[in-house]
Amino acid sequence: MTAAPAIEIHDLRKSFGDVQALAGLDLSVGPGEVRGFLGPNGAGKSTTIRVLLGLLRADSGTARLFGGDAWRDAVALHRRLAYVPGDVSLWPTLTGGECIDYLARISGRGDRARLRARKAELLESFELDPRKKARTYSKGNRQKVALVAAFLTEPELYVLDEPTSGLDPLMEAVFTRYVREARDEGRAVLLSSHILSEVEKLCDTVTIIRNGTAVESGTLAELRHLTRTSVTAVVDGDPAAVAGLPGVHDLVTTPSDGGTRIAFDVDDARVGAVLGAVSTLGVRGLTATPPSLEDLFMRHYGDVPGAAATGTR
Amino acid sequence: MTGTGTLLRFMLRRDRMRILWWTLGIAALYAGGLGEYLLLDDPEARAARSLLLSSPAMVSMSGPGYGLDDYTPGAAVANELVLWVLLALSVMSILQVVRHTRAEEESGRSELVRAGAVGRHAPSVAALLLVVVMNTVVALTSGAVVAAQGLDAAQSFAMTFATALGALVLGAVALVAAQVYEHGRGAAGASLAVLGAAFLLRAVGDVRERHGSPLSWVSPIAWVQQTRVFVDLRWWPLVLCVVAIVGLLALAAFLGSRRDHAAGLVAVRPGRADARPALTGPLPLAWVQQRGALLWTVLGLGVLWLGSGTIIREVPRALDAVAGNPVYDALLGSEGGLGGEEQMIRTFLGIFGLYIAAGAAAYGVAAVLRAKGEEETGRTELALAAPVSRGRWLAGPLTIALLGTATVQVTGALALWLGAVSTGYDELALGEYLELGLVYLPALAVLVALAAALHAWVPRATGLAWAMVGYVFVVGMFADLFDLPAWSRRISPFWWVGSPALGDVEPARLWGLAGVAVVLLLLAFAGFRRRDVPTL
Repeated sequence: MTAAPAIEIHDLRKSFGDVQALAGLDLSVGPGEVRGFLGPNGAGKSTTIRVLLGLLRADSGTARLFGGDAWRDAVALHRRLAYVPGDVSLWPTLTGGECIDYLARISGRGDRARLRARKAELLESFELDPRKKARTYSKGNRQKVALVAAFLTEPELYVLDEPTSGLDPLMEAVFTRYVREARDEGRAVLLSSHILSEVEKLCDTVTIIRNGTAVESGTLAELRHLTRTSVTAVVDGDPAAVAGLPGVHDLVTTPSDGGTRIAFDVDDARVGAVLGAVSTLGVRGLTATPPSLEDLFMRHYGDVPGAAATGTR
Repeated sequence: MTGTGTLLRFMLRRDRMRILWWTLGIAALYAGGLGEYLLLDDPEARAARSLLLSSPAMVSMSGPGYGLDDYTPGAAVANELVLWVLLALSVMSILQVVRHTRAEEESGRSELVRAGAVGRHAPSVAALLLVVVMNTVVALTSGAVVAAQGLDAAQSFAMTFATALGALVLGAVALVAAQVYEHGRGAAGASLAVLGAAFLLRAVGDVRERHGSPLSWVSPIAWVQQTRVFVDLRWWPLVLCVVAIVGLLALAAFLGSRRDHAAGLVAVRPGRADARPALTGPLPLAWVQQRGALLWTVLGLGVLWLGSGTIIREVPRALDAVAGNPVYDALLGSEGGLGGEEQMIRTFLGIFGLYIAAGAAAYGVAAVLRAKGEEETGRTELALAAPVSRGRWLAGPLTIALLGTATVQVTGALALWLGAVSTGYDELALGEYLELGLVYLPALAVLVALAAALHAWVPRATGLAWAMVGYVFVVGMFADLFDLPAWSRRISPFWWVGSPALGDVEPARLWGLAGVAVVLLLLAFAGFRRRDVPTL
């Protein structure tokens, strides 16, 4: 593997007529890295992926794969990657098995014996019947065909655009296993997804995109620091003291067993100070829920991106 | 059957443009056909046409021959046009029924519908009512068109409504097929096969015996034609249509109650688990995708040209009778007189050459525009995400389109020759027919390349390629009749071919056409290399 990152995007811009799909996006994925690529519908995820695949030509900025230009060197670069779209359309007259073989052959990777053995293994893992005509497959099965074809050829980079849409939880687990295996072998993965549990399970790093630009980017641990912890406690004293503290949000108080039940969110940077104040009230019970990716998500998916982003800082 | 009304209204709304186009198309077919039959205004012309229509080849492509003794325009419409209108409406009914029943189930959309307060049979009933409405609208409109041309109004509407009823028989066949087959394509294919059998049985039956033999009566097409409309109208053959429709509907309801939603009664056979070794890239894939369409086009058009070839022998006799008619002269390009017998046949061959080439052009444009369909479904993206260059990808469908067009063209010319020699006409050598086919190849390449270039540069405007195919035909056929200005004729690639059957071809022009085709092809590749896929 080369030293250049698998994916390197800098200040990428692309417009369709009046609509600006990408407005200065930055993104990078290194070898052995699984990067989650999140964002609401229409944020520019698929456009980014199509630029990376040399299908769309960017207006400005750079999109590089393994150091090569995604548009100009597309054919050579594609020898090293596999792509799974979110809505797979297959050649209706071919069977699933034929589609897989075709995609594997045009990818130009792998030797025949290895491919044959691995195909059998993948078909079994994904429980896919390769003898059915592609037009008769359900959405989930079409998705499996593309996944099998991608994992079959073991590329250096996987570009996955909502790859598990339509898969049942069992198959999602199989998918998870193969992505982990790929990562452990040092392969890079760009995983666009709406399934947060999947992202939390698989991704080392996450980029959240909104209106064509990255609004958050970093490791999951880093991003969690930008969020709030949910705290619920039953206290004896007057909770008004807590309500006034900086970093405390959405405080709700309800009477409970002679005490008061308080529930609030607290900025992670203030957790120590706030809990100190709470403990002076005579705590009878306390639970603190760490921030979930979902919270992070909801914050950025909300209607007012500017306000939400500043709210965390 | 709860919810039938709502479903029907929804279908009518979804299909309002289809209904409009089918209605206009059939009306235009009647109007165009009538324009020709109204020329039968003198006894000689009638006698000539009647003679032509008595040949077995023409019987197989028209009707049982009622009214041939006094071949009035009405009798001609009923004998010659009803068959084709009935075929068109039957295809319409089949496709509409399958589209709203089995295809909906296949796509999963009907699951949403059936989850509502909608009965098990409601989608089927609504789909059937839809084709009833469509056929009625078409019958009313086209009946009015025919009557407006001065034909007896009652007979006109009797003809169009009888035709509509015949089409409904095939609609009911499609409804049964939709219960049996699990996939829309299977259901439509089986129904179209029934239609094909009906066509063949009627043709063979009527050729055996004038006014039809028992064999003809097996076919629903005969039930419509046997009403003897415009000659000696009788209604009872239509009872057969009604009985057939009722029987088929009962069968469909019976089968429909016995099967699960989205399941068929015929299982789909499993295919290959591994691809053939030859499937290595876009070109073999394009071949796998298009070979079926190519085969059917070669066979279908081949039968048509074979049939046409069998009437070549009769041409001089028929033409003699219409000589001097200015409209025919303009169509045949024979203002200076028809000349000798061979000259007449060559003139006619020239027209067949144009027909064959127009058929090949339509195939070619459809074949190359498969690339557009591939892109719209997202399959192009899947292929281009692999190490496949834009050029290599486009070369797949384009190569098949070019070679396929040449195949359709040359086999068409061969079929014409085969038809001619089968009736004992051997004045013209095989080479002459082949030449007639081959001289059009550069012009056909221009049309195919034009479609490719449009797809590469302005995918939204690929309709222009179809317009060009129509234009080429109009110029070739009607340029003199409409007195089109010289410059407008030169836009048509076919104009540059000249009159091959009369030996009036300039090789330099053919080279010029080939040059234009090459330039357009280069443009296509250059354009496809630089644009976004898919274009949004």
